[in-house]
Amino acid sequence: MLALLAQASDVFTKPTVDYHALAPELILVGTIIVLALVDSWKLERARPVMSAIAGLGLLAALVPVITLAVDGTDRVLLDGGYVVDSMSLVLKALFIVSAYVVVLLSINYMAEGDYWESEYYTLLICSVLGMTVMASSRDLIGIFIALELLSIPAYMLAAWRKGDERSNEAGMKYYLMGVFATGILLYGMSLAYGLGGSTNLEAIGLQLADLGSDGVPVVALALLFTIIGFGFKVSAVPFHTWAPDTYEGAPTPVTAFLAVASKAAGFVALIQVTYFCFIVRSDVIEPIFFVLSISSMTVGNLIALRQSNVIRMLAYSGIAQAGFMLAPFAVASSDPALSLQAVVTYLVIYAAMNLGAFAVIIAIARRTRSAELEDLGGLFTYMPGLAVAFTLFLASLIGIPPLGGWWAKFGVFASLIEADSGLGWTLAIVMAVNTAIAAYYYLAVARAMWFDDVPEGTDTSPVRTPATLGFAVVITLIATLLFGILPQVVNDVTDFGLVALGG
Amino acid sequence: MTDFLTDWGLILVTFLPLAGALVMMAVPRELTESHKVIALVASGASLVMGILLIANFDYDDAGALQFLVDKEWIPLINSGFILGVDGISLPLMALTLLVVPLVIIYSWNHIPSPGNPKAFLALILILETGMIGTFAAQDLILFFVFFEIVLLPMYFMIGVWGGPERKYASIKFFVYTMFGSALMLVSFLALYFLSREQTFDMRILTELGGLDIARTTQILVFGGMFMGFGIKVPMFPFHTWLPDAHTQAPTQGSVILAAVLLKLGTYGFVRIALPFLPEGAQWWAPIIGVLAVIGIIYGALGCLAQTDMKRLIAFSSVAHMGFVMLGIATLTEFGINAAVFGMVAHGLITGMLFFIAGSVKDRYHTLEIKRLGGLLISAPRLGWILGLCTMASLGLPGLAGFWGEFPAILAAYEPAPMLNQTLFRVLMVVAALGTVLAAGYLLWLFQRTAFGTPSEEFVDDPEIVDVKMSEWIAWTPMIVLIVVLGFLPSIIFDVTNPAATLIAVAAGA
Repeated sequence: MLALLAQASDVFTKPTVDYHALAPELILVGTIIVLALVDSWKLERARPVMSAIAGLGLLAALVPVITLAVDGTDRVLLDGGYVVDSMSLVLKALFIVSAYVVVLLSINYMAEGDYWESEYYTLLICSVLGMTVMASSRDLIGIFIALELLSIPAYMLAAWRKGDERSNEAGMKYYLMGVFATGILLYGMSLAYGLGGSTNLEAIGLQLADLGSDGVPVVALALLFTIIGFGFKVSAVPFHTWAPDTYEGAPTPVTAFLAVASKAAGFVALIQVTYFCFIVRSDVIEPIFFVLSISSMTVGNLIALRQSNVIRMLAYSGIAQAGFMLAPFAVASSDPALSLQAVVTYLVIYAAMNLGAFAVIIAIARRTRSAELEDLGGLFTYMPGLAVAFTLFLASLIGIPPLGGWWAKFGVFASLIEADSGLGWTLAIVMAVNTAIAAYYYLAVARAMWFDDVPEGTDTSPVRTPATLGFAVVITLIATLLFGILPQVVNDVTDFGLVALGG
Repeated sequence: MTDFLTDWGLILVTFLPLAGALVMMAVPRELTESHKVIALVASGASLVMGILLIANFDYDDAGALQFLVDKEWIPLINSGFILGVDGISLPLMALTLLVVPLVIIYSWNHIPSPGNPKAFLALILILETGMIGTFAAQDLILFFVFFEIVLLPMYFMIGVWGGPERKYASIKFFVYTMFGSALMLVSFLALYFLSREQTFDMRILTELGGLDIARTTQILVFGGMFMGFGIKVPMFPFHTWLPDAHTQAPTQGSVILAAVLLKLGTYGFVRIALPFLPEGAQWWAPIIGVLAVIGIIYGALGCLAQTDMKRLIAFSSVAHMGFVMLGIATLTEFGINAAVFGMVAHGLITGMLFFIAGSVKDRYHTLEIKRLGGLLISAPRLGWILGLCTMASLGLPGLAGFWGEFPAILAAYEPAPMLNQTLFRVLMVVAALGTVLAAGYLLWLFQRTAFGTPSEEFVDDPEIVDVKMSEWIAWTPMIVLIVVLGFLPSIIFDVTNPAATLIAVAAGA
């Protein structure tokens, strides 16, 4: 054994490490270490500074992302398995900024709720690290490691309110379903590896293209299982069952994190395997995505109609929104650059408006102590600012211009119609109908806040929203408005399609 | 001056109200009087800019877009920030600019329950920006954005300040419209990808006139727009949201809805659907004509069955918009001229009727027709104004309503050459019968509310007073216009004709 290893070491060449390219991840790792050390040295006294360290670490990690973007050269590491290009940088920035907003949301929630704080922030950053790795991975192993790195901390975070049964249920359900999905994913990946003879996505893609009509069943199985594995992560119907319970039971900042960053990470994984590999077999994947997309948007919407809890409603509506985001995958081969841009644009805008919605819910729940629809009655009369902000986020989620959401939907519609195929047109029409259905339940929340009377026994004295929470609402609101009024801004950063796909 | 107007005129007209709304956000809620003043100043400033534009408009060249603003907006999809007015936009924009300040004046002492003038007036100003922008936009995406902006303010106006069934009415209004506009957006995108230029610039799309788009595709794409605009108009059978929305909306909401919002749909047909997709329009024209006439008859019959004054006026809107749509369906310049006139006339007359209904409700606290009566005795001036408006609404010659209905019926006698003449002549006859029904229900309304003696419960009610100052100020301009346009319809026809001719040529080609 040792001899073999020694022999192998002769041919081993030390890989050149581009530290600049890895700087965001390295800074995150550094932050994790600092958090762990500070926690073990200072124990209880360190609690107030943990959130600050986490926040600063995230902002510091954003710096190299920006310098890399300014530098502009694509950096390829590990024989093409790890790529830092403009697309991955946009996604990394998305993850880091989303996580920063989640930290802002968590500060008061965690401090006032008497939860473990140090571990919370450490795990959160671990998960973000997994996401940033995901954004660059172009290799089955890299993708899998990234997926586990981002998922396992999230399982624990979901169960953070350990005194509450529902939170335990949330974490347990999420964990079991996640592990189950991982099994399916691994099976799919192993088949893909068997077919492609490599873990590198590009190499597998070439092999799959060569296969032609041979081995369609195996190819279909490999692709199907891989996509299903990620389908759990993005909570696509019929793999969505964990989402509502987990969202409702988990601490609300964690729910925001799961609904935005974790879901986005699932989509990034889908982007990697689809656009850099599976797209050569569009005959196989497009019908799969078509079914996932239509069922997600329709089922998610229909169930959302009946929810009386705002967070559960957002969970189901998130499933429907995932359906919208899956739609461009169903026409991926027609104009890959356009549909890829549609997905990423949607992810960015969705992150802004959904995080904003959760920020408002957390701020409101400080007074109402619940997210039940009936407890929001008359909110406009005693918290007008938050009510208006929430209304704007809801309107953006519906897709009403000039708020960001309309541009996200517009991009999806554009990619579907550009394809000019049966799948594209069907999806466009179904999506149009679903947009109208979604308006109903989003507006149900607005209706409660504006039209209903204040429920008896509600304390309507003015409340002070903590500065961090207010700051989170303001930055997400500005982003939501900016993306809607000047869509070119988000275009300019997501306009990497052709470059990323190699022309 | 002209340079300034060309560069900034339309931008200021469109966004001054929005700026006013933003200023109001910063003012504390308790200062109700300042909110009223800010709202009036903002909409008034917009009106002044509008008057300057109208004064500097080149009427010899009314078919061309004037005061054009063309700026880059979303280069990725070739969508620009393009504003401009021509002979068709101008009267509708003028109508909006006039009605909104009047509504704000009316609100001076008529803020509906539960109060909060700040939010109420701010929503009206946001609405105004959306409406003016829709008439000025010359880029499909910009048009779509403005078209959608009006949705939320109107939803909240109905839902917060409306009647007992406001929640149902407001969500129905919203979901209907949202459904239509989503399909409309799909159609706009189809137009973009199918046309040679891949642009949303409405000037270029008018020029192309459906070139390169196969007939069947045109029919389908037109169908999407038909849903979007037809629901907004509203056309039979998509009209059911309208009576609910109108009945439940506060007076100001009803007036804006009737006077301007419904016109966004008909304007969309004239400005976008017809010239962009001529072959689609020709296929759909008979269907639109038939639905329009069904709307006329159905609306009239619906009116006869109503017991509530406001609901009756709402149903009469369905009938009147039927005449407008009939004019459009003929695809002739005559029909389109009639349609644009009909839009303005309906806006003024039905707007006035809703104002009066609101004032009656304020005094009597009911709109049930059988409990009213004797308005001419209790409040004679109010009664006579109601009389004038019902006469105008039923199309009495010499008042504005006549010039909306009569030419539309006449246009159906001679539709565009490729349309089925027999069908349209049948439609013409049925539509003419509709005017008889209109006379029936409107006179019936007037008779039962204004004639006779006041019922016992209202005989000595101190709340029943005659027209108040804020009402006089708000109503006089509209009443004057109803009469003036009745005698001098050419004021509008001269402006609309060149542009209508261009559209008729494009649609009939």
